[in-house]
Amino acid sequence: MTTHAPRFWRCIPQRYNLKGTHCTSCDEYFFPPRNICPNCRRGAELEEYAFKGTGTIVTFTTIYSATEDFERMTPYNLAIIKLDEGPRVTGQIIHSSEGVKIGMRVRPVFRILGKEGERGIIYYGTKFAPLPKLTLQECKEKKSTNGNG
Amino acid sequence: MASGIVSYGVYIPRYRIRVDEIARVWGDGNEVSESLRVFEKSVPDLDEDAVTIAVEAARNALQRCGANPDRIGAIYVGSESHPYAVKPTGTIVGEAICTSSDFTAADFEFACKAGTAAVQACLGLVTSQLIDLGLAIGADVSQGAPGDMLEYTAAAGGAAYLIGREDLAAEIEAFYSFTTDTPDFWRREGMPYPEHGGRFTGEPAYFKHVVSAAKGLMKKIGTGPKDYDYAVFHQPNGKFPVRVAKMLGFSTKQIEPGLVVPMIGNTYSGSCLIGLAATLDVAKPGDRIFVTSFGSGAGSDAFSITVKEKIDEIRCAAPSVRDYIGDAEYLDYAMYAKHKGKLKV
Amino acid sequence: MRSVSIIGIACTKFGERWDVSLRDMIAEAGVMAIEDAKITGDQIEALFVGNMSGGRFVEQEHIGALIADCAGLSRLHIPSTRVEAACASGGLALRQGVLAVASGYHDIVIAAGVEKMTDVSSGTAADALASAADREWECFFGATFPALYAMMAKLHMRRFGTTHDQMAQVAVKNHHHACFNPVAQYHMEIAIEDVDKSPMVADPLHVLDCSPISDGAAAVVLVPTETAKRFADTPIRIVASAQASDTLALHDRRDLTTLDATVHAARQAFAQAKIEPRQVDVAEVHDCFTIAEILAIEDLGFVEKGQGGPATEEGMTALGSELPINTSGGLKACGHPVGATGIKQAYEIALQLRGEAGRRQVDEAEIGLIHNVGGSGGTALVHILSR
Repeated sequence: MTTHAPRFWRCIPQRYNLKGTHCTSCDEYFFPPRNICPNCRRGAELEEYAFKGTGTIVTFTTIYSATEDFERMTPYNLAIIKLDEGPRVTGQIIHSSEGVKIGMRVRPVFRILGKEGERGIIYYGTKFAPLPKLTLQECKEKKSTNGNG
Repeated sequence: MASGIVSYGVYIPRYRIRVDEIARVWGDGNEVSESLRVFEKSVPDLDEDAVTIAVEAARNALQRCGANPDRIGAIYVGSESHPYAVKPTGTIVGEAICTSSDFTAADFEFACKAGTAAVQACLGLVTSQLIDLGLAIGADVSQGAPGDMLEYTAAAGGAAYLIGREDLAAEIEAFYSFTTDTPDFWRREGMPYPEHGGRFTGEPAYFKHVVSAAKGLMKKIGTGPKDYDYAVFHQPNGKFPVRVAKMLGFSTKQIEPGLVVPMIGNTYSGSCLIGLAATLDVAKPGDRIFVTSFGSGAGSDAFSITVKEKIDEIRCAAPSVRDYIGDAEYLDYAMYAKHKGKLKV
Repeated sequence: MRSVSIIGIACTKFGERWDVSLRDMIAEAGVMAIEDAKITGDQIEALFVGNMSGGRFVEQEHIGALIADCAGLSRLHIPSTRVEAACASGGLALRQGVLAVASGYHDIVIAAGVEKMTDVSSGTAADALASAADREWECFFGATFPALYAMMAKLHMRRFGTTHDQMAQVAVKNHHHACFNPVAQYHMEIAIEDVDKSPMVADPLHVLDCSPISDGAAAVVLVPTETAKRFADTPIRIVASAQASDTLALHDRRDLTTLDATVHAARQAFAQAKIEPRQVDVAEVHDCFTIAEILAIEDLGFVEKGQGGPATEEGMTALGSELPINTSGGLKACGHPVGATGIKQAYEIALQLRGEAGRRQVDEAEIGLIHNVGGSGGTALVHILSR
């Protein structure tokens, strides 16, 4: 049985928590992490940065015919998302009552990305869901005014 | 040294199947939902399992109180559907919530009470000051064999509790457990679906252990049902918790906020902990909550809890149980079978 | 740097070739090219071959040595190099051949391309093709190759009003052209409704919006222009050879509706040739999906950005019109044995410029352009040929 465990393990901080880098010299954010800033190259000061995971859908498609690993999941939605800090990522959008639209705001959720058959490891990672209509802060404010009013 | 719940978080998948739809497929008629007092149950998405549910619940717990995950010294996840037989759920949860590496972890199994057992283990480490914060989770994507009675109620969901000594949202003053070797419900290694003893799961199992643990706790700390504002009992269906509450002298009003099984089914290791979370979602500072779980095999863990001021500050910072119950999309039996992996490819 | 010309061309039949292996096809193409050039095998000084994935398709690497051997040239011990740039492997082989001759290092080289894709299941083939994308950050999340182009299409439709009918017209046109090309994989006409009715692959791309899985090989013989007339009556001069790279993943591109690699390579090529896009008479562009041809004619500078759809709809790029595109049938209808495509494009344009394209001849074609892209735009090659 072939396993790609080491290759997956190396990227776990990126897969689970969108950990990237930030160049303090030019203020650009990178995901996946870059060790060399394409703007500053060797002049760069790079620090670790954990993306919030929220972003906006730039474009998307619904996949009906997939590679073997993803056949069971079709149809599923794939999108290019611009994270709030700047970089774009490719990710699945989970099913929801809101569907998928260009311009939709999304947040990260933890899901199974794939499996190495029945005997191999399970790849966990990040997919995206619509941001709730009310943010939790607004909800808090709403509830406290209702309580006190 | 007071210890208890610093924060809590739940996660319930958004798909549902109506009990009537399952009954339609197996020819069991519309009376099933009434007789079980369960009308629909939660179904995981194709890419969800006990691990993803545990992570979402844990992330909600941390978001609710804003605690630094570095403070977590132990992660115990209870489930009867851990995806790996060997490789713990707890380490994946730890990585996903960004703990440091300075913690211990192990997975728990005790049928539906693995989550409350995890809470007890965390209470031990926290109260003895061996760790600062403990994370106890009960999460399941439980399976019922197609056509079996359990299929009507076996559901998916989980709850996570951050256990500590400071900034308590609710203090756990005491707990008591009653445990015997009772083979009422089990699943052998490698088998996909559990087996059960039919009516044997009632009186000698559920009722005996819940009643013994509840009475045992109340005797230990000198309280009675009237001392509590709320009660939460394990919910394998909508009837058992109502009956056991009556047997012990609790009213239906006391158990009402925590009774979620009619709408989401039995989330196994998540069951009592989600019921408790639903109660915490509405309880006021000073309210007292009595909780008794049940796990087949068999045992019950009883807890006496007092809600603190802090709960009002943190409650709104993460979704409530009702928020998750309200976000529902219905499946027919065929899609449900695909989601639960009952169709072998 | 001296000018380079093509004196011999060859292309095998493209399609599902159950009867031949990778080795058979490359030998076939090589022999035909040498005969067309009227040279002998021992005159060849170097071989360049484009092959994307011999390893995944037929479990064979070391393709350079393999083709020298299959061509019967192993005893001459000439240098033989395999190059890879996903779907642009063929164009890359052509460029390497051009550089080898232009630099003065070699006087006669063969640039070839070959791919044998049908010996594996279509699932494995799809996965091998997906390695042209970003495995870790696109494919790992469920991206397929069509999905990437589908996302470009969706955004192009939103920004510029491009319609699916306009995209489908690319497939209709290319299928029509292929009916006149003996080596094409498909010899059937299709209509826009056929494209719409074909199963959806990745919204908005249907099966008939996508190029097929194919087997095939092609080869050209290159010499310095100054000696070309010794070999051929109508040598075809390569007046420009340009190559550009861009980010591997689509999501990292500057603009998701433009292939900057194409734009840069095209600019360089037109500057080298000292001509304007409107002077091109015929072109082979990279239509791995219908939307790709629309993007290509914009990015190469034949039409304004966003006008690729209307231009196609109006028939600007059909045989007999202003600028016939993909008279071979393109990747869509001629077929797309990945490594061979770039060389097949050279074969087609050379045929056109020689006046030997039969029923698909573009009248008085003097200048032709070929455009080959790797992945979703990580590599692009543009060559300009003239009579």
